[in-house]
Parts: sequence; C-alpha cells; structure tokens
Amino acid sequence: FNISFPHWPCPCAKGIAMSLILVSRFHVSQVHAASHGGLYSRPFIESFEETPMLVAVFTYMSYGILTIFGYLRDFLRHWKIERCNIAREKEEQKDFVPLYQDFENFYNRNIYMRIRDSWNRPLCSVPGAKMDLLEQATHDYNWTFHYTGRVMHDVINLGSYNYLGFADNTGPCADSAAEATMKYGVGVASTRQEIGNLDRHEEMEKLVAKFLGVESAMTFGMGFATNSMNIPALSGKGCLILSDELNHASLVLGARLSGSTIRVFKHNNMQSLEKLLREAIVHGQPRTHRPWKKILIVVEGIYSMEGSVVRLPEVIALKKRYRAYLYLDEAHSIGALGPRGRGVVDYFGLDPCDVDVMMGTFTKSFGAAGGYIAGKRELIEYLRSHSHSAVYATSMSPPVMEQIITSMKCIMGEDGTTMGCERVRQLAKNTVYFRKRLREMGFIIYGNEGSPVVPMMLYMPAKIGAFAREMLKRNIGVVGVGFPATPIIESRARFCISAAHTKDVLDTALSVINEVGDLLQLKYSRRKRQPSLARPFDDNVYEDIDD
Amino acid sequence: MFMLLTHSQPCFFSFYTNNINMASGQQWVLVEMVQAFYEAPAYHLILEGILILWIIRLLFSKTYKLHETYRLTEKEKEDLIEEWQPEPLVPPVSKDHPSLSYDVVTGPPSHNIIINGKECINFASFNFLGLLDNERVKQKALASLKKYGVGTCGPRGFYGTFDVHLELESRLANFMKTEEAIIYSYGFATIASAIPAYSKRGDIIFVDEAACFSIQKGLQASRSFIKYFKHNDMEDLERLLKEQELEDHKNPRKARVTRKFIVVEGLYINTADICPLPELLKLKYKYKVRIFLEESMSFGVLGEHGRGVTEHFGVNIDDIDLISANMENAVASIGGFCCGRSFVIDHQRLSGQGYCFSASLPPMLAAAAIEALNIMEEDPDIFTVLREKCKHVYTALQGTPGLKLVGVQFAPALHLQLERSSGSRDSDMQLLRTIVEYVSPTRGVALTLARYLEKEERFLPSPSIRVVVTIEQTDQDIQKAVSCIQEAASAVLK
Repeated sequence: FNISFPHWPCPCAKGIAMSLILVSRFHVSQVHAASHGGLYSRPFIESFEETPMLVAVFTYMSYGILTIFGYLRDFLRHWKIERCNIAREKEEQKDFVPLYQDFENFYNRNIYMRIRDSWNRPLCSVPGAKMDLLEQATHDYNWTFHYTGRVMHDVINLGSYNYLGFADNTGPCADSAAEATMKYGVGVASTRQEIGNLDRHEEMEKLVAKFLGVESAMTFGMGFATNSMNIPALSGKGCLILSDELNHASLVLGARLSGSTIRVFKHNNMQSLEKLLREAIVHGQPRTHRPWKKILIVVEGIYSMEGSVVRLPEVIALKKRYRAYLYLDEAHSIGALGPRGRGVVDYFGLDPCDVDVMMGTFTKSFGAAGGYIAGKRELIEYLRSHSHSAVYATSMSPPVMEQIITSMKCIMGEDGTTMGCERVRQLAKNTVYFRKRLREMGFIIYGNEGSPVVPMMLYMPAKIGAFAREMLKRNIGVVGVGFPATPIIESRARFCISAAHTKDVLDTALSVINEVGDLLQLKYSRRKRQPSLARPFDDNVYEDIDD
Repeated sequence: MFMLLTHSQPCFFSFYTNNINMASGQQWVLVEMVQAFYEAPAYHLILEGILILWIIRLLFSKTYKLHETYRLTEKEKEDLIEEWQPEPLVPPVSKDHPSLSYDVVTGPPSHNIIINGKECINFASFNFLGLLDNERVKQKALASLKKYGVGTCGPRGFYGTFDVHLELESRLANFMKTEEAIIYSYGFATIASAIPAYSKRGDIIFVDEAACFSIQKGLQASRSFIKYFKHNDMEDLERLLKEQELEDHKNPRKARVTRKFIVVEGLYINTADICPLPELLKLKYKYKVRIFLEESMSFGVLGEHGRGVTEHFGVNIDDIDLISANMENAVASIGGFCCGRSFVIDHQRLSGQGYCFSASLPPMLAAAAIEALNIMEEDPDIFTVLREKCKHVYTALQGTPGLKLVGVQFAPALHLQLERSSGSRDSDMQLLRTIVEYVSPTRGVALTLARYLEKEERFLPSPSIRVVVTIEQTDQDIQKAVSCIQEAASAVLK
C-alpha cells in the first residue's frame, strides 16, 4: 500500500551505496511451469522479470537526489526561507513529547508530498468501468487541495476492485438494496449476540456456505476486521502462525493480536514454508521445546501488490503432510478466479474442505462491504460464540447484505440467468487479453497469468506521479504504488481488470498506456516476445487457459 | 625473540634443575639448557614427552560441541513429525452454549422489533435517537444508493474516496467544532486503529479499568506499556502519573521520547457512568499527557447539542487531543470517526491501519450519517427529550427487587445487576438470563444480557441486563417495561 510510511529513520541516505549490496535480492526472472507431480490441474504461469541493473541504479540515484533536496528544503523550512505548510502542535502543548517523530515524516514531507495528487481522488459516481472524478487543484504543491467544482466525466477506471462489475447503481443488486433500505433502514444498532441478528444475516450466511461448498459460514461488517478480529479467536499462546511475507496488514495485525509466535516465509516459496514447518515441529516452541499446540499457515489467494496466485495445491499438500491448519484469505480472489468464480480453490479444481478456514471479503467482487469466514460447522459454531466481532461489533447493514445476497445468487446462477457466469468468463478473458497485450508492448508485468490484478513496473518514484498524471490527462484513472507497500526500488502501477470493461474500453486504455509508456520510457522488458503469445484476441485464448 | 623464548623455556623445565643457581638465571644460554636436558633423569623426559603430546592432542582435537551430540538424524526428525499431534483448530462448543443460538430478528430492528416471531418494544438496541427507521434518513440513503451503488470497491487512497465522504468529514468537524474529522468504515475499528497510530512500542498509556473492548484491542495493537487505573479514580491515576514522573526524572533522555496518553471513555459502555473530564484535563496539563476520549455512548447524547462529554462539562474541545466515536448508536448508521486538531487527525490518514488498508464506508451509509447530523442540528431538543426519558427510566427502575441499577441518570444505556451475587458468575448469568427470558420476547419487551468474551476481557464487568433508553419510548412503554422487569425480578429472585 502506497501511503503508510511508518518507520523509515534515515531515508535512502545510503542510496546508491545500497544499490550494490542489494542487487542480489532482485527478483530473479522466473517462469514456473507446473512440474509438481500432477498437483496442478492447470499450468501455473507466473513471472517476475528481473529488474534491469541500469534501472535499479537510476532508481537509487533518484531516491538519492530526492533525499538531498529533502534535506535542503527542510533546512530552508527550518530557517523560514520556505513557507512551511506542516500542521503545527497547539501552543500550550509545545512542551509535550512530540506526537509523532519528525523522521517518520521525512518521506511524507519530501517524497510522498510531491506526488500526493495521484491518490485520494474523490469520485462522484459509481466506481464502475467508467467513473466521474472531482477535479482538484492545488496552489501550494500538494499540501492542500481544493475542488474546482468541475467534474471529469467518464474516466476509465483501472483502479477499483470491481472485478465482476457488481458495483452498479441500477439492476437487481441495487434494487434489492433499495428495498432493504426502505424496509430495514441502514443501521442495526446492536451486535449479533445481543439483538442485532436479523433473519437475513442468517440467510446470507447459509448462502455463503453454499456458494463456497462448505458446511457453514459467518459474516462480519468489515473485511479488515474479519481478519484482525478472528485470527485471535483461532490461535493463541503456544500456537505458531506461518505467514507469507507479503500478507495484508489485517492478517499481520490479527496474528499479532493473537499472541501466537509468528514466523514469516518467503513469498509463495514452498521450500521456505516446508523448512519452517519441519523446524517448528522438530524443535517445538523456543526455549521450552514443548510441542506447538497447533500451526496455522496464513496465505492469500491473490496477492494484491504482486498479482501472484498462491500455490494452493502445494500448500494443501504440505499442510496435510505436517498436520498444520490453513487460513486462506480470498479478499481478491473470491469471485475473480476459477471457472465458477469460487476463488482460488475453484481455480485449481481443489476441494474446499481441504482449506480449514476460508476467509474472504465482499468489498471487491460483490461490490458491497464486509467479510466472511467459512469452514466446518465446529469452526463456525466456535466463532459464533467467541468471535470478537459477534460480541462487540455492530452487525452488517441490511442494504449491504442485500447487495451481497443478490450478487452472489447471480454468480451462482440462482437468479435464473447466465449473467453471473458470463461475468466470470468475461473477467478471465479480459485478464488474459490485457496482460498479453501489455507484455507484447514491452512492459514488465508481474504476477500470474490468471490474476486480474496486473502490476506494471515503473521502478522510479517520480514515474508513479508522472504516469498517474499523464494517464489521467488522457482520461484514464490508474493506481500507483510505491514504498513502503513495495520494496524500495519496485514502484509500480497496478491495474485492476473488471468484467465491466468492454474490449473497446480495454483497447482505449491499452493504446493510452502504450503512448504514455513511450513518453515516460517505461518499456523495460528485455524478454524476447514469445510467438505463442502473439496470437490475436479470440476465444481460444480464454479456453486454452481455463480448461 | 629467540632470547625471550629461551627465557621462558627454562622456567618450564626448571623443576628438575633446582641445583642450578637461580640468581645466575640471566646468564643462561642455550648450551646450558641442552646440558640440563642431558642431566635430567629418563623418567622425567618420558613424563615431559607425554605431557607435550597431550598438549598437542588437545590443541588439534576438535572442539567439543554440544549441539552436535544432539543433532537429530533425518529418521528421528521424521519420527518427531509423525508423532506430533496438534490440538483441534477450535475446541468443541457444547450444543447448549448460551451464546451459540442468537435471537432472530425479523423485520427492522427499530422501536417495535420482532424477536423470534414476537413483537416487542425495543429496550436493547443503541438506537438512542430513533434515527434507525427515520424516513428522511432512509430517503437520503436511497438517493445516494441510486447515485453511487452500494460498495466503494477500494480503500480511500485508491479511488475509494467519494465526495460524500469528504462532505461527512467536514460536517462532523463542524458539528463537533474541531478542525478536522476522519471517518472509518467500522465503529469497532475506529479507536482500535487510532490508538496504535500514535502510541508505539515504548510509549505509555494510562487506561481506565472499565475501558471497552475496542480500546483494549487498540492498546494491544500499539504494543505500548499499559497502566490501568481504577475506574474513574483520579487519585489512582495521579499516583501512576507521579510514579511515572519519578521514573522520568531518573531517565530524562528516555522521557523525552516516551509519549504518554490517557485513554478514557465519555460514557462508559460497561458501567454507564461518566468520566470526570475536568479533573482529567488538570492532570493532562500538570503531567503533560495527551487525552484520547472514546465517545461512542455519549456522542449524540450528552450536551445541549449532542456534542458529547466536552459539551456536557463545558470543556474546550481543543483541550482533548483526540475524540473518537462510532456512528452506529445515536447516528444509527455504520462506521466511526475521529476528530480533533488537524495536527493530530491528519496523521491517521497515513498511519491509521483501519483507514488506509480497508475499503471505505459505503457512500449510502455516509449519506445516512449526514442526514442524521442534519436532524440533530435542526432539532437539538431531541437531546433534552432523551435526557428526560433517561431520567424517567432511571427513577422508575430504582427499587427493583433484588436488582440494582448501575449508571448515571442521564446515561441512555444502563445496567441492571444482581444486588447479591449468588456465588458464581455462571449462576449469576443464569439468573439474569432467566429474568431476560421472562420478559423478552414473551411479554413484549425486548431486553438483552450485556455480552462479553469472558476470557478476553482485561477486567471482566459484572453480569448485567442492558436497558437502553430511546426517544421513541413512550411513558406507557417505559411503564410496561419497568413493571415487567419488576415482576420478573420478584418471580425469579424470590
């Protein structure tokens, strides 16, 4: 995530010197094929092209220059030569311990501030395939914004997680939500355990369980809190959590709140995971050497920054071999992967019962809000009585709930149409097409062939701002991501493909990306284009991948 | 170099050359040494030889390593892995666990609520101002739905900010008369994210023992030192602050970077009483500690305009560093907000985890909150009405046989506890549950037990029945509820 810069005491002062040391940690170019004893039912194609050395050096240099200017401008601000726009502490509290450390803000003040206009742009329409943005202007170099009152109409939206295009203000979902608003109101004003358990909540939970093909499910009002408030119910002292290094902040927070020991394995690296599992079981808990009470492996379906898909068949094999439990966060993959839109389990054709805890959110593919946990009946019964959320947090809002029920029924085909099914297929098709075209243009694209999250490498921090501005100038909204959400030199743009994007929309977007890519010299890829990938856009592309 | 060697060497051999005069040691030369060697008896030489060999062996033998002797073979590892049996993922829950079967509400959870098929008057939802089924709020939410759809499909940073969010933030800031406000998409996550945004490892937080669960989670996430003071006991707090001051004097360098916070609630959800804010402020400036105030129960309730405890006490709101509240009680929507000076609040836009990493609040829920604020601003009399009702319920419930009413008379969410505990928490809970079941839903009054996670709470509140006052309750409703409760109490607690 681009905009949280917690601790960075001495920002890239070591800049260029570091580049030489860190060269060894660059992603090694890798294209994995399925070669794991038939665990995979489909080719697993994922690539992370190596950062070109020259680009890496220039990226460090650009951080170096930004840092030097940062210090210079801090110096000017200190001596009041440059006007200082930073919010000030109240006079009476000047002698309190500073609320946050100055160095925490060096990056914000001097680097993030320069490109801050690329984020937090307010919408004034549905976050669909096209959106309306409020035009904003700044007279003090991004310290404050004001809205001109003009609206930028029909900006192509490549940023929202609207994978299946259910973010809509018309149609069956909106209608059912409207009905619920008038019938129930928008709030509940109580918790599930006290007096906020509506019959529709229980219906929705039955539907979620049916959708996922598991025994039982429970839903929660916020996706982030689903992780952070339920992992502590599942794991505690004396338990071990094995967590992927790129897991989302909510999973990390949940693991920390649980009080368990946390060990981190390399991203999607099964050797690393197996090594940790073996060591953990053989050596037991640190110091006491007692055996662990239980081991919980925590992974995500699609990693939202890398666009990679978890190696689920291997994870399940490992989990079975070592009797660990598996917590799968499908925030981005539910609805967006698999021939039936049932997420990464469906994508690999696996049995959902092999995943102990299925977690996901309704924010993305379902165009609603909240999250769920699903699994065996005992698990859900335990959560119903022990989840923090069930006891202390307000239940889910009725209109949001109706949006979930209607969109989920649509994906399942229970509404009597094939609309849901078509959306799932359209998304897969769009994804393959978009990724293929970008790669052909010579951009470095990360991640799995099937992932609708498409990170395109920009590397240099200034290019995040430049790319976002140039794209917006051409009426396309994109999202840029930089440190600390990514490694320092791997700034990127992230496109989220939606089933609502038509081929025309995608083609417009692609030609603009091509143009801006040339303008900003973003075509870093040195890989020879494979002839097999240069096929025209047709249905075969989809069928080849999805069988 | 060589001389040095020859000087030390003789010392080593000297025990059998006692007859040689030590005073002439300086004049020793190699020849004399060799001579001594020849003079030495054979057994000495053999002994020396063995000693030298022993030393060489010691020098060249491998060091003794502890872990090597314990290193496991692959086979042993496999056996250990084979042997290990984990605990089940979750312990089994007995079928009759009291919190397993929820009461089912059909239809809107408003003033008249249908619980398990029976219509009741609601004395349990935190819908203090009755805005949950307010027609105006519904219409505004509907209009917003028609414009934006339901979900936002992204966090605030990535096209998840809507003009409605900006409007709600500025409206909240205006309403509270603060510089800035920030909204979260979930009430529980608000204070739980706000605390760790400022307080880090090594910082110190002074917290009231009765603090609610979301504060406790925020404290835990911050990984700071937590010091609990007795509920609403300012002397105890001052004692802790003084202790800390002494500590700071001992280590002024550390004190210069250790942030200190007091975290309190306006109206405590667990005890239904109010924090002594003026005294807290005195302590704040005396000991240079910042104050975070959780107002979920008092926002939209206390004060002439519903601004909460600050207005209730007539305290300058700028003296409070951060106020947080949810919009799920009085406002009857979803989500929460923090407000205060920009210097404080703006920091959360980059470090409030629940703000940065979560999808933003659905615009229709924000629109509903804006309309609720409109209603609160247009008609501040509702707060007076609410206070009157609270007072009414408070006085009417005094003298319920076997039960004591806990809380202050202007609190809208009161607790009824057992006057005398029956001995164990479980049997107390069972008694109270029987009272609730006597009334709700069979006799048409919806009540609920206050629910807690008994193993998770830092200081577990006593078992109680929640009694929630809303402005929609008429005198007859209150009369009915009170007589039901009294009847139930005398029937159960004979």
